[in-house]
Amino acid sequence: MSAAVGATSASEVQERTFAVWQERVRIRVLSKGRGPSLVFFHGPWGLTWDPFLDELAQHFTVHAPEHPGTTPDAQDDVYHLDGLWDLVLCYDELMSALGITSAVLVGHSFGGMVACELAAAYPDRARRQALIAPLGFWRDPDRIVNWMMLEPGELRRHIFRDPECDAARQMFLRADGREAEAAAARVRMIWAMGATGKFIWPIPDKGLKKRIHRVGAPTLLVWGREDRLVPPVYSDEFAKRLRDARVQIVGDVGHAPQLEQPATVARVVREFLRQ
Amino acid sequence: MKISAFHLMPYRELPADFEQRYESVWVTPPWWELADARRVGQYYNWTLDELTYAAKCGFDGVCTNEHHQNAYGFMPSPNLMGSVLARATAGSDVAIVQMGATLPTSNPPLRVAEEYAMLDCISGGRLVAGLPLGSPMDVNLCYGITPMEHRERYREAFALTLKAWQARELFSWNGRYFQLATVNLWPRPIQEPHPPVWVPGSGSVSTFDFAVERDVCYCFLSYSGARSAKTMMDAYWRVVAEKGRDLNPYRAGFLQLVVVAENDARAEEKFARHVEYFYHKCLHVPGMWFSPPGNQDYRSLVASMANPVRRAENPKNLRYRDFVDKGYVIAGSPATVRDRLKEEVIKGLHVGNLMVLLQIGSMPHEVALENIELFGREVLPALRPVWDDEGWVNHWWPERLRRRAQPSMAAAAGGGA
Repeated sequence: MSAAVGATSASEVQERTFAVWQERVRIRVLSKGRGPSLVFFHGPWGLTWDPFLDELAQHFTVHAPEHPGTTPDAQDDVYHLDGLWDLVLCYDELMSALGITSAVLVGHSFGGMVACELAAAYPDRARRQALIAPLGFWRDPDRIVNWMMLEPGELRRHIFRDPECDAARQMFLRADGREAEAAAARVRMIWAMGATGKFIWPIPDKGLKKRIHRVGAPTLLVWGREDRLVPPVYSDEFAKRLRDARVQIVGDVGHAPQLEQPATVARVVREFLRQ
Repeated sequence: MKISAFHLMPYRELPADFEQRYESVWVTPPWWELADARRVGQYYNWTLDELTYAAKCGFDGVCTNEHHQNAYGFMPSPNLMGSVLARATAGSDVAIVQMGATLPTSNPPLRVAEEYAMLDCISGGRLVAGLPLGSPMDVNLCYGITPMEHRERYREAFALTLKAWQARELFSWNGRYFQLATVNLWPRPIQEPHPPVWVPGSGSVSTFDFAVERDVCYCFLSYSGARSAKTMMDAYWRVVAEKGRDLNPYRAGFLQLVVVAENDARAEEKFARHVEYFYHKCLHVPGMWFSPPGNQDYRSLVASMANPVRRAENPKNLRYRDFVDKGYVIAGSPATVRDRLKEEVIKGLHVGNLMVLLQIGSMPHEVALENIELFGREVLPALRPVWDDEGWVNHWWPERLRRRAQPSMAAAAGGGA
């Protein structure tokens, strides 16, 4: 296990890279804030430090790791992992590297699934968790659209209720005069989808239903009422299996509530996690 | 030259508005709306008859390949077709070119090694073993293989297959994707050390390296003709030279669509709608599906985003004359077809193993037979000696078929059907 501290791009956000898995998998972690430890697991489109994390950082010490393969200059590290079990073990190692015994866990989409898997594998690692539109289950009548196969415009309409909102514009850069930047963003997004997709292809149900009973942490499920990727009905799958779960549906948002309404979602999450 | 007849086995009667009405020809076309099992039975038999007829007409080999859940070409098991062809061409000098069974979709991939060994035994050592990676639609979307694992699985399966054919002792395979405690293949192929291996590709540099390092034949399966393949094949030959291999044209294979008639005008009249059907309907697939995230490694992804190798024009905007002008299809009189194949494809790309697709799209059985017959009679004999004066040996062809004097199947059948 080793760590390298890098220059920070956004002020106050600390950037460190840890090497886990026999030093073969490098994971960059963005950290900010003070207070109890909070680990945030990002979704399939890569990690960006955003207003939602900033809000949380006012009350928690937020650590946001990049999923293996999505850290710059460490793209091929993901090939050292064979499946979800390897990924969960990596995050257990990462928490040790961060010096965290237990934390509150927050995850979005794929990251929500990762948080819940970690809490199921290591119940003592998670004190409370907030899962935002998490993956992890499959219902035949409510098939989850394979976002990896959508054209960019379609993908945008599947992630956001309002595909023209600021967060959507930031995630899907327009090329106008910034072709290289837009191409780099597209590469980053495609690779992030591939690196996270490695653990869930072709159906994002990898057996959480067999393990979720092990989760002891009280859980908040946050869902956008207009989620077109993972319909809100999936909150039932979590709620009926968890010992202590609460569902919060947020209106007027899609699959990324924390990006479309950061202040609202941060407040709901914060209030739950601080109980 | 070795010239083989390739067949996709497409659905020949899709509705005229297919590409407007449906999302894709692959993965999602609704069977119950579009197809009929009795009709499909007819197609399979036509396909077998067309390839058997090609064998009688003097072709050096007959090619089938594997695809799933589509109306573009649906032989989910090319080895079922290959075994019928091996039997139907018994006693001839025609190679059974499997282009072929897809390793990453076979679990364990030893199944491909076994079936190929069966085909080699049944055919008396006439198998060419194509070992394709498989398309993302087939492997990732239909068969559920994780895109990021696709190439790794292929490479492991390839190594396992080659070892399983040749090992003199039992062995264990403790791989990343496949674990087999006791590998002891029954049967083994007749050809030693193993049947010639062809690796089909679509122009990725990593496949060039893979093929050249393993000394196998690289086959470019293109629907865009020789002109658009030129840059790619030149890059292949540079890799061959850099890695210290000789420039033996038989290291390369190429697939070309061809239609032949008495003259150029007659070819247009006879084949135009079938060619357009192929490009407009059979290739109707959303662009994203060719490259699911993770299927390309990171370096290739960066390279292809920075400099798209083939920002191919949308074939739906092209018509028959465009396809012919651009060389997507080589069409016309026997003289036109001979000249273009020789100059653009064989010499232009430096190719020794040519595959020609002669049943195209909606082309009916009788028309396909005419195309095959005319090509076999008026085109093929003129092309066969193209490389003879250079003295190359086709190491990638079944050894006992290399010195083929004349089509013995035709002799056996009393001069063709």
